[in-house]
Amino acid sequence: MGIVKKFQQMFSTVPMLGWFLGILTAVLIEYFWGYDYISYYLGLPKIPVLFGALIMLKEPLMIPGALAYDLIVYVIPVLAVAKLTSPFTNQGAALLEKLPLWLSAVLHLVFLYAVLHLWAGINDYRVLIVKLTLISIILTVSINVINGYQGEFSCSHPGFMALGAYVSSILTLVLFTNDKIFGTALLPPALAPYCFPIVLVIGGAAAAVGSLAVAIPSFRTRGDYLAIISLAFMFIVKSAIENLHIIGGARGMGGQPDLAPLPVIFIWTTLCIWIIHNFVTSIFGKALNTVRDDEAAAESMTIKTRKTKMTAFMFGAFWAGVAGGLFAHVLTYINPGMFSINRLAEILAMVYFGGLNSIVGSIVGAVSINVLGEALRPLELFKWIIIPLILIFVMIFRPYGLISFTEINTKKLLEAKKHKTKQGVSS
Amino acid sequence: MEPLIESVNYILQNIINALQRGSFYAVISIGYSMVYGVLMLFNFAHGDIFMVGTYIGFGIATVLLATFTGLIPPPVIFLATVVITMFLASWIGVFVEVAGYRPLRQAPRASAAITGLMIGIIFETGILIMLGAKRLSFPPLMETVNYHIGGIYITNVKAMIIIISLLLMLALHAFIQKTKWGMAMRAMSYDFLAVPLMGVSINIIAPLTFAVGAGLASVAGILYGQAYPILDPYMGVLLGWKAFVAAILGGRGSIKGAAMAGYLLGFIEIFVATIFPSTLRDLIAYSIILIILTFRPRGFFGMEHSTKLRL
Repeated sequence: MGIVKKFQQMFSTVPMLGWFLGILTAVLIEYFWGYDYISYYLGLPKIPVLFGALIMLKEPLMIPGALAYDLIVYVIPVLAVAKLTSPFTNQGAALLEKLPLWLSAVLHLVFLYAVLHLWAGINDYRVLIVKLTLISIILTVSINVINGYQGEFSCSHPGFMALGAYVSSILTLVLFTNDKIFGTALLPPALAPYCFPIVLVIGGAAAAVGSLAVAIPSFRTRGDYLAIISLAFMFIVKSAIENLHIIGGARGMGGQPDLAPLPVIFIWTTLCIWIIHNFVTSIFGKALNTVRDDEAAAESMTIKTRKTKMTAFMFGAFWAGVAGGLFAHVLTYINPGMFSINRLAEILAMVYFGGLNSIVGSIVGAVSINVLGEALRPLELFKWIIIPLILIFVMIFRPYGLISFTEINTKKLLEAKKHKTKQGVSS
Repeated sequence: MEPLIESVNYILQNIINALQRGSFYAVISIGYSMVYGVLMLFNFAHGDIFMVGTYIGFGIATVLLATFTGLIPPPVIFLATVVITMFLASWIGVFVEVAGYRPLRQAPRASAAITGLMIGIIFETGILIMLGAKRLSFPPLMETVNYHIGGIYITNVKAMIIIISLLLMLALHAFIQKTKWGMAMRAMSYDFLAVPLMGVSINIIAPLTFAVGAGLASVAGILYGQAYPILDPYMGVLLGWKAFVAAILGGRGSIKGAAMAGYLLGFIEIFVATIFPSTLRDLIAYSIILIILTFRPRGFFGMEHSTKLRL
């Protein structure tokens, strides 16, 4: 315990900017020397994709090499750079503090994106993981609005996602591609990237309209019955798509143009987090919490419970639809089987693992379940024993999830950490 | 006259098929409903308990058939399979309660739902790892005999499934209404805060409820294996979710309601499949359920409970 505390104290003066700089150094080291020197001399066949997790599980003999790689490329540079540059980065952070908060946040996000882009740029597999993880973040944060802030147990998120995915896919296929079923492109394909946001919004809107099927019964009932209604909704959407042969039925639908490169998804994810954060910290979010905790009291406090519930559902469903649209254009193929019980279990696992009523928790949950799922891939079936076990333990020891009931404090996150010298002494 | 008799026969034939299908749903959904009555929580691993029960039944049946064929008459083998499987499978139920639900008594309800789901996934994967992906087929425990009654075909397997399911439900009814344990369960579902103060331990009643539900599900598994002999680790998922829907439709905590909703679901599915293309089966079945629940949010026999979530 003592070591951990000492360690924490040692790095408590590093601002967010310093960590970014450290990670940037690590990524640059990997980018320039990772393949030619480091992995070559450590006897690794190529750059370990996910911090060496895959190669360690596949070939146990490579464990020392992969660990050494992690140490040389990631751990030592990040820690050293973060610590050594902390005087300068603190000055930088102090400078940024003078700017408006939104500008400072945007600059940090640009920095974060640059790091992510460099890291993912090493190979396509990483790009795909990062894309899917970002989409999962949208899904998890949006289901947290319904299941966490609103306190329902909604199982219909895969259904909303399917609606968004199919509507946006149909739009892009009709408008921008020469498809076998939908005929030639109505608009020049060069316009596609510019119209893609509109397409996504329409997909999200379709999901939001669909969510009324769940939101309206929620006026009269809560809890388990609503869970069933939402579950039935999910099955109905899946089954309806399977029976619509014009959009491919159970075979699925392919050929969407690849309109969702990494920056697009990153922008949508940050937009989603920003908007949902504003939503839940606004007076409306408080109204949601009130409806969750006591509906009758909320009603007597002049909160329109019906409107509140409906807005929460439509809002959550909208972002699920957007996530579905992005998902369809990342994989460029969708079928109804993708939006079924398995997806539901995954989404629920992410949100309850991360923590209810917390956007940070949702992000943590989405990232950890996704990365864990990818890292344990070489274990094949045993992966599906380890991940459920981890979830069970999290549920037993932290029933509300890892990080629940906390909000992002952007100002505190980005501020310079120089002034914090001793704890307990007020300045 | 001829077409009328034919269509009557057709309907009767479908009623028998629906009764068979509904029997599975009814017996499985009773397990959900009982656990709900006692703990106010759903046992989301129940579908997979059914699956594990089927595999246990498969193992017992294979062993018994290999050892005792010719020595003991087939009905005795069948009975022995049912009894041993019930006994073993009920321990699976106890395990789920102790491992997944007991640590979460004070936790929000959604957390227990997640542990249940995850235990289910562990069961599926465990079976897949132990037995491999090859499809096993359940050995027939009795010779299939076709009866032909006035244009209706009925096999003895079908009749047995319907009759045994009914007998099981009657036995359960007797257990709940007549025995002391059943009384404790009823009391617990009436008020799970006050009854533990009267000397009825929730830590005995809850595992017992899980065990009874699992035992019922495993018998349903054996019967299912007689009707559809192909075993598959994911067989519990679809059947389990449908039985769960039936349990809700019947009214949570109501065993009578769960059984009736199970049969209703069987009827809806079979008759939808005879009128419409069979791919529309799920669509129409779930749409009907959505409509019923929209207008009758407590299900058929739902108890008046506080609808507030324990979040």
